Amino acid sequence: MSEPGFRAAPGAAPKQRMLAAQAGMEFRLLLRNGEQVGLTLVIPLLLLVFFNLPLLYSLADLGVQRRIDFVVPSILALAVMSASFTGLAIGTGFERKYGVLKRLGGTALPRSVLIAGKTVAVLLVEIVQVALIALAGAALAWHPHGDPVVVLLLVILGTAAFGTLGLLLAGTMRAEITLAAANLIWLVLLLGGGVAIPLAKFPRAVADVLQFLPSAALADGLRGVLTFSAGVPWRDLLTLLVWAGVAMPAAARWFRWQ
Amino acid sequence: MPPVAAVEIVDLVKAYGEHRAVDGLSLRLERGCVLALLGPNGAGKTTTIEICEGFRRLDSGTVRVLGLDPVRDAARLKPRVGVMLQDGVGGYTAARAVELLRLFAAYAAQPLDPDQLLEAVGLAAASNTPVKRLSGGQQQRLSLALALVARPELVFLDEPTAGMDPQSRRATWQLIRRLKQDGVSIVLTTHFLDEAEELADSVVVVDAGRVVAQGTPAELTRTGAEGQIRFRARSGLRLDLLRAALPDGADVVEQDAGHYLVLGEVDPQLLATVTAWCAGQGVLAEDLAVERRSLEDVFLELTGRELRT
Repeated sequence: MSEPGFRAAPGAAPKQRMLAAQAGMEFRLLLRNGEQVGLTLVIPLLLLVFFNLPLLYSLADLGVQRRIDFVVPSILALAVMSASFTGLAIGTGFERKYGVLKRLGGTALPRSVLIAGKTVAVLLVEIVQVALIALAGAALAWHPHGDPVVVLLLVILGTAAFGTLGLLLAGTMRAEITLAAANLIWLVLLLGGGVAIPLAKFPRAVADVLQFLPSAALADGLRGVLTFSAGVPWRDLLTLLVWAGVAMPAAARWFRWQ
Repeated sequence: MPPVAAVEIVDLVKAYGEHRAVDGLSLRLERGCVLALLGPNGAGKTTTIEICEGFRRLDSGTVRVLGLDPVRDAARLKPRVGVMLQDGVGGYTAARAVELLRLFAAYAAQPLDPDQLLEAVGLAAASNTPVKRLSGGQQQRLSLALALVARPELVFLDEPTAGMDPQSRRATWQLIRRLKQDGVSIVLTTHFLDEAEELADSVVVVDAGRVVAQGTPAELTRTGAEGQIRFRARSGLRLDLLRAALPDGADVVEQDAGHYLVLGEVDPQLLATVTAWCAGQGVLAEDLAVERRSLEDVFLELTGRELRT
């Protein structure tokens, strides 16, 4: 047996190396977790097929000629919400409960790099999601429109808004409550937050309020660009920015690590 | 200027509500030495160590770790200190053992080789096992490896051998001795007295958040009585009669039913007195043994023999 020498040689690694290792670990663990894969990859694909069926409502009155062109951006919004809000909140909540965050706090890893690692892992999951959803969409004859840069901007701001909301939930509530709340909110936003069912199907007064939900802003922005080739959706981008701007300092202030 | 101590604690106080978990504790660990914090459950050992690690904030007193403040100077201190928490690994439980160790190695500028380190703690065969499937003792050994991989100059080991089988305990002791040989400073908590006696240069006995004794294991076992005689006989002997027969300064107690302990200056006369008295009572003293005082006796005298709830 080789004997390692224990003579001290302390020092922290460069932050990029820590970030690469942290993001890689978080990403691999997400792909290994059956519930996470179901939530972020399988369910969105199933819902893509389901909502493409002309079952619940007609889209003809919204000026949508091809249903799939409406459904794909909606499902993209759902996927971002699944990965950056529900998945991140549940994962982080249980890491807090089981002392992972505390243990990492006893290493040279700065908290900023830990959060950055989680962010990168979520973005990597989103790349996989977008690829799978685009492939499935293409199989269903989806034709994307609009400016991909605006789509990217919407996804990034949506991730920032939902991600900080997810961390706020995970860092302040017990893991079991986070689990229940993150799933319930996901379902409510899916159906009543302007994702699967367009807000135009709601009474006007209700829709006027609901449009400022982060889910509605993200889905509306993505559909505007990808379905209708609309210009830059300033109101939606601003809405997401405000959510992120409110949730971020709140999470920084109230997040409990142990 | 005297060299900076590895750990220096002065008058540390930490309360949870009304309860003072740590109540005016002071200790000092020199560089390259091993200090054992010994005490019953709830004595304040973990609270003390977690304040040193920066996980908890103190109410009053001062704590300096490698001359730094564990909270204010955390960013500078963490790369230099290795931490082994109580109760499990505390890392990603879905990760494989070697993955988790590699992750922790990636936080360090000049880490130990993860595969070699796994071998050193006897986990080479389990390196691809997910952390959650490791046994309790294996998790403890992985936890120790995680504390060491960044090549720290000081390690805090909170009950390092809890849940280990005897072989693993011996192997872990061997590893801790090698750490010390290589100049690493070590604070460990334990309620195994043999562990403190085997490993520590200095032992600090704590009870109810206070230091009740400290010194080298030899000093602690030397103070007070010189030795003791143990024997076994039927329970309920008239100890008042035996006590009257014993020379001044000697005493006898029935530790558990039928287990007797004579404390005092052990000399041929004392031994003769005990055996003669037993003979006079028609009692056969079995398993009679003359012993030097063990740390366990010191510990039980200091912290009480009754079970705590």
